[in-house]
Parts: sequence; C-alpha cells; structure tokens
Amino acid sequence: MKKSEVPQDKGRVSEKGSRELYYAVDDNGEYTTALSTGWEAKNIVQDHTMQEIQERIDQAQEDVKAGVVSPIVYFMELRRMDWQIVSDYTGMWKWRIKRHAKPMVFAKLNDKVLQRYADTFEITIEELKNYRGEECK
Amino acid sequence: MQIDFEHRITAHCENGVASNLLRNKGLDISEPMVFGIGSGLFYVYLPFLKVNHAPGLSYRPAPGWIFNRLAKRLGIKIKRQKFSNPEKAQRVLDENLRNNIPAGLQVGVYHLPYFPEDYRFHFNAHNLVVYGKEGNEYLISDPTMETVHRLTEPELEKVRFAKGVLAPKGHIYYPIYIPQQIDWEKAITKAIKKTCNDMLAPVPIVGVKGMRMVSRAIRKWPTKVGVKKANYYLAQLVRMQEEIGTGGGGFRYIYSAFLQEAGKKINRPALLEMSDEMTKIGDLWRDFAVEASRVYKKRSNQTDVYNKLADDLLHLADLEEEFFKKLKKVI
Repeated sequence: MKKSEVPQDKGRVSEKGSRELYYAVDDNGEYTTALSTGWEAKNIVQDHTMQEIQERIDQAQEDVKAGVVSPIVYFMELRRMDWQIVSDYTGMWKWRIKRHAKPMVFAKLNDKVLQRYADTFEITIEELKNYRGEECK
Repeated sequence: MQIDFEHRITAHCENGVASNLLRNKGLDISEPMVFGIGSGLFYVYLPFLKVNHAPGLSYRPAPGWIFNRLAKRLGIKIKRQKFSNPEKAQRVLDENLRNNIPAGLQVGVYHLPYFPEDYRFHFNAHNLVVYGKEGNEYLISDPTMETVHRLTEPELEKVRFAKGVLAPKGHIYYPIYIPQQIDWEKAITKAIKKTCNDMLAPVPIVGVKGMRMVSRAIRKWPTKVGVKKANYYLAQLVRMQEEIGTGGGGFRYIYSAFLQEAGKKINRPALLEMSDEMTKIGDLWRDFAVEASRVYKKRSNQTDVYNKLADDLLHLADLEEEFFKKLKKVI
C-alpha cells in the first residue's frame, strides 16, 4: 500500500478521537507510517457484526418476555458474553448457569447466587430479578 | 509520580509495548523489527474453537510469544509475574512505579473505557504500559491509541483481572536486562527462518495449508451453515485480518516493513526485494477484505461471492507458499 492510499474514511476508532497506524511505502519505495481515520470495508463488517449482536440481544429480550428464558440470558447477551465467560466470572459451572437460565429455577435463586450474577453483569440484584423483557440499558 | 516514558502509537499492542519498553531502556527498536524478530507473522485456523460465536482464526502466534522470542533472540531478559490476588498485583505494580520501572500489562479490552464501543469484546490478550500514577489514577500508554489515557485503581484492576479465555491474571512484565552487544544478523536470519517454517508447516490448520483449509470452509459455509451465519463468520474473518492491531492485510505490511529494515540493517539487498513482494501480497489481502465487504451490500448470488472469495484465498495461499519458499532460500 502506498502512503497516499492509506484510507481516511470515518471509522470506529475515530469516534473516540484516535486513529490507527499503518505501514505504507512512500514515493521512493521506503516504508514509513501513516495514521488512518478508518476504512469503509472495515466499517461494513463491523456494522454487520454489531447488527448480529443486537439481534441476539433482541431475541433474548423477546424470550424473557415470553417466559422462555430467565433474565440471565438477556444480560449475558447484553454484556457480549457466552456461557463460558459467565461461568468464569461467576465461578459457577456452565451446566448450573444453564439451569439458572430456566425461569422456574431462576425464581428460586437466593440473593447470594443472584449477587454473583449481578456483579458479573454490573447491575443490582433488583435490576436482575425484576427484568421482564423491557427495552433497556 | 510519573516515569519519563515516551508514548508512541504502533499498529499492534504487543509489538508496541515491547518496542516502547525497550526504547525506554535505551534499545532503539522499531515495531516492525520487534514483530519480525519475534516471528510474529502466523496463520492458524481453529474451527473447533468458537470465538464470539464464530470459528477461531488468528494471524499471529499466542499472546506473549512475540516478545518472548524477540527476547530470546536478542539476549534480553524479561520478568513476568501473574497473580491470584488483585491487591498483591497492585502492590507489585505500585512498587515498580516507585522504582521508576514502566510495566507492561496484559489486560482484557471489554472494560477499557477509552475503547470504542464496537471493539469492546471479551478479548483478554491486549497489552498496555503503565508509566505512572497520580492520586489513585494510573497513567496508561496504550500503543494502539494516539494519546495516553488514565485509569482509576478499580478500572485497572477490572481489566487486569478480566475473566474468560486467556485471562490475564494480573500479568505484569518488563525487561530487566539488555545485552551490550547484539548479533542482529543471527537474530534476523533465525527469526525469518522460523516464520518461513511456520508458514510452510506440514500441519493442515497452520500457515498456507491453514489458508487452503479456510478456503475450502468458506466455499461450503453458505450451504453448510446458511447464508446468515456464513455472513457473520466472514465478518469475523475480515475483522481478525484488518481490525486494530494488524496494521492492515493481516500483518503483511508490518512484515514488509520489517524485511526492508532488516535488509538494510544486515546489508542483504535480497530482503528488500522480498519486502516489495510481500507488500504486493498485502495489497491482495486488502482486496480480499474489500471483496468480502461486498457480501453485505448486494443480495445477488451469495454462493458465487463465496466461491470467488475461496478462489482469492487459494490464490493468496499459492503466492505465499512461493514467497516463503523463496525467502527461505535467500536468507
């Protein structure tokens, strides 16, 4: 890539006021560095990824509303986690968490267990317990 | 308390931390040299390992390997420590800062407040330098950022003790010894040979063979997992190749820059030619990313697009096989 070809589209890093470094060749064929504000091709795949993540969150929200899953699933998706990550943060086995994802089981959880989930998702026990599938956070 | 430390933006975090820490210690070494001598160029496909709900793919070796290999080849000694106790981790860091030692830290990016929302995944192999502390705020030099940042004690603890795959466990590291004399020629030839062997490895998921395997997988994705999932997988593949850290083209440009700098340093004009060639290959990787991004624009025949991408990747694998065979010969 030539230095003059380093893309300067409006990218995601530029949102927080930073740019990315590229290595590119100047007119004499010497390698040099150039800063880039972003690249359209990356925005497209990035947007698509975000869209898929949002779909997962929306689906989880619907499922909580329909009473198919417990709020744990919604907050897991909202925090971009999966079963393994929730397991690592809470220190509980995956199968136990999957059990807690059932609304019936979830309703019987004590505050000590709920607190571990609340800490993991960075919310309060009340927010976790009272989540009914609303649009939020 | 602030240590005299020069923040420089680099393309990749691990190279950047290594380069900035070594410069601070008086060894002037660029990011491409760190990357090249650390044999940073790699390719591995891990279909059985799902990362963010997509098959795993990496354009670099495991975290820490680049700096470790670099250290070994240059005779540098690095001190590394991990912790189970966050308080102890902070004590060691504070102690270091008091002794004027800037420290490299491995962190998770999900809780990094200065990261754009789009990049905040549970990815735990990010690296940054702490070079001072004011009140209860740490001064942070994150090499992928243009400017320096600050993190409070709880914020830093959170990212140092992020959980999940490759959990950092408070991992702190810094160079403690740099030799007076360095045999650059030996280090560079050894490093290049290693990269050639990696890329030509007779392992189906590694190097050019790995690329061919991915090419076969891409071709099947639309029918095997459906267009929706295929599009998501493809997006992750392109993100791994182009997103912050690789310097574009899946590290190919950084590697070209290395070949050029190394060729001049040890006076091997052949490496300069190889650098030109790698740049051209890097451009083709960029074209591949552009081609892939078209999938999301037009809704026409998806299978054709995936077939075209698979062909492009096969072509890249052929070019790189030829390239690394040649590189192995000239070195």
